[in-house]
Amino acid sequence: MTIKEAQDELIEDFELFDDWESKYEYIIDLGKQFPPLEEQFKTEENIIKGCQSRVWLNAYMDGELLKFEADSDAIIVRGLVSMLVKVLSGHTPEEIASADLYFMERIGLHQHLAQTRSNGLASMLKQMRTYGIAYQAAE
Amino acid sequence: MTNFPDIASIRKDFPILNEVIGGKQLVYFDNAATTQKPRIVLDALSGYYEHYNANIHRGIHHLAEKATGAFEDTRRRMQKFINAPLSEEVIFTYGTTDSINLVAQSYGRKFLKEGDEIIISTMEHHSNIVPWQMLCEEKGCVLRVIPINDEGELLMDEYEKMLSGKTKIVSVVHASNALGTINPVSDIIKKAHKVGAKVLLDGAQASSHLFLDVQALDVDFYALSLHKIYGPTGMGILYGKKELLDAMPPYRGGGEMIKEVTFEKTTYNELPYKFEAGTPNIADVVAAKYALDYVDTLGKDNIAKYESELLKYATDAVREIPGLKIIGQAKDKVSVLSFVIEGMHHQDIAVILDNQGIAVRTGHHCTQPLMSRLGILGTTRASFAVYNTIEEIDSLIKGLHKAKKMLG
Ligand SMILES: Cc1ncc(COP(=O)(O)O)c(C=O)c1O
Repeated sequence: MTIKEAQDELIEDFELFDDWESKYEYIIDLGKQFPPLEEQFKTEENIIKGCQSRVWLNAYMDGELLKFEADSDAIIVRGLVSMLVKVLSGHTPEEIASADLYFMERIGLHQHLAQTRSNGLASMLKQMRTYGIAYQAAE
Repeated sequence: MTNFPDIASIRKDFPILNEVIGGKQLVYFDNAATTQKPRIVLDALSGYYEHYNANIHRGIHHLAEKATGAFEDTRRRMQKFINAPLSEEVIFTYGTTDSINLVAQSYGRKFLKEGDEIIISTMEHHSNIVPWQMLCEEKGCVLRVIPINDEGELLMDEYEKMLSGKTKIVSVVHASNALGTINPVSDIIKKAHKVGAKVLLDGAQASSHLFLDVQALDVDFYALSLHKIYGPTGMGILYGKKELLDAMPPYRGGGEMIKEVTFEKTTYNELPYKFEAGTPNIADVVAAKYALDYVDTLGKDNIAKYESELLKYATDAVREIPGLKIIGQAKDKVSVLSFVIEGMHHQDIAVILDNQGIAVRTGHHCTQPLMSRLGILGTTRASFAVYNTIEEIDSLIKGLHKAKKMLG
C-alpha cells in the first residue's frame, strides 16, 4: 500500500462516524490495539517530550524500507500515533521525507498536529521525516 | 448558595462566555491560566486606540496628556488595590514573570554575593524558580527549598530551620496555581525579617481571589499579572518598598528611564520611571484600571465567598468519580481543583472534555518540581472565577463520567 492509499483508507474508515464520540471511541480502540513498544526501546533517546504526554519513536531500516514503532502514555495520542505509523512505516526514506500528508486534516484531527508544545505528536511527525532525510543521505 | 449580586448579569459582562465550541456552549474552567475580560475592559482598550492613542510622558499635546493621565491613573488605582503607601512603589512590568526577573536581576545582582541563600518552596511556578537559579549560577548563591506535606502545605518548621544570617531573599507563592494552597505569608514574612531577609511574594494567583494589603503584610516585593484579574494580557506590576527600589540599579536601559544622557554619563530618572525603559504597554495599562474597578465594584469579599462555594460544591461532586484523587487538600485554598483519575491520562481527559466544550488545564502547570515531589506527571485542573456556575460544574462532572466511560 502506498502512503496515499493508506491515508485514503483511513479517511474512508472515519467517514462512518458522524459525531465526535464515535470518532474518538475509534481512535481509543486503535490505541488499545496498537502493539506497545518493547521496554528496551523506551529510551531517553527515543522519547519525544511534549508538555502533556510522552511519545516514544523507534526507527530502523529493513532492507530498503524505513520502519517505525512508537508508543505514548496517553491512549488518544497512542491511537493517533498508530495512524501515523500505519501511513508512514515501511516506505523508502525518500517517500517518507517527501510524503504529502493530508489525512489528519481530512479526518478533522489537525488540531492534534498543531499543538506542537502540548502533545509531542507534531514533534513525532517531524522526527519521522527527519529519519527519512537522514537515511536518504546515508544511502 | 449565595446569589451575589446576580451571576446571570455578571455573565452578560463577559462576551466570550457566549462562544459555542463544536456546537456546545463554552464552559471555561481555565481561569488560573487567565481569566476572561469584561466588556468595560474591552471598551477601554478600543476607546484608548480610537480616541487618545499617543506616546506618554513626552509630547506636549492634548492626546499625549490624556494618555499620560490615564496611564498614571492606573498606577494610583493599582496602589489602592494593594494598599501601597506610595504610587511610585508600583512599577509596571509585563507580568509576574517579568517582575520576579526584575528583582532577581536588579536587587539580586547588586546585593547578593557568594554563599548567600535564597529560599523558595516546592510548589513554585517555574517563573519563581528559574530567575533565582540564574542568579545563583552567576553569583554562587545557594537555592534552598521549603518542603511540603502530602496535602500540599508548606512545612513551616523546616522553613524556620532554614533561616539564618545567610538568608537574603525568601520568594514564595502567595497562592499555588497547581494546588490552590494559600500559604501563611504573614508568618513567612515575619520570620524572614527576623534574620534580615527580604521577601517577595508571587501573587499571580492570589491577586484575583484575596484581599491584598502590602502594608499589613509588611512584604518587601509583590508581583502580579493583570490578565489573571480580569484585565488585559501583557502587563502586571512589581510593588517594592521605596527604600529598596531606590537602592536598586535600573536593569534595562533606554528611553523614559533617564534624566540626562551624554556619551560620558547618564543620570537615571527617579522612581518608578527608572525601571520602565522604553514605550510601555500603554493601552493595556490604561484598560487595567477598569478591571480593578470591576473587581472592587463586585467586592473582593463577595467574589471570594462565591468562589469558595463553587470550590466546595465541585470538591464534593468530583469525589463521586471512582478512582479520582484530589491533588492539593490544604485547609486554605483558592478556587483551584486539581485531580488525577486512576488509569486515565490527563491529556486524554482534556481531549474528551474539550469535545464537550469544557476548557480545563492539564499537565504540570509549570510546576515540574512539585509534580515530581507528588510522584505524578501532571493533573487535570479546573479553576473557577466569578462568572462560573453550579450548572457548569455539573457539566464538568457529566463530562468526567463520559471520559471515564470512553477511556476506562
Ligand atoms: C503562581 C504563578 N506564578 C507565576 C505565573 C506567571 O505569570 P505570567 O505568565 O503572567 O508572568 C503564573 C501564571 O501562570 C502563576 O500561576
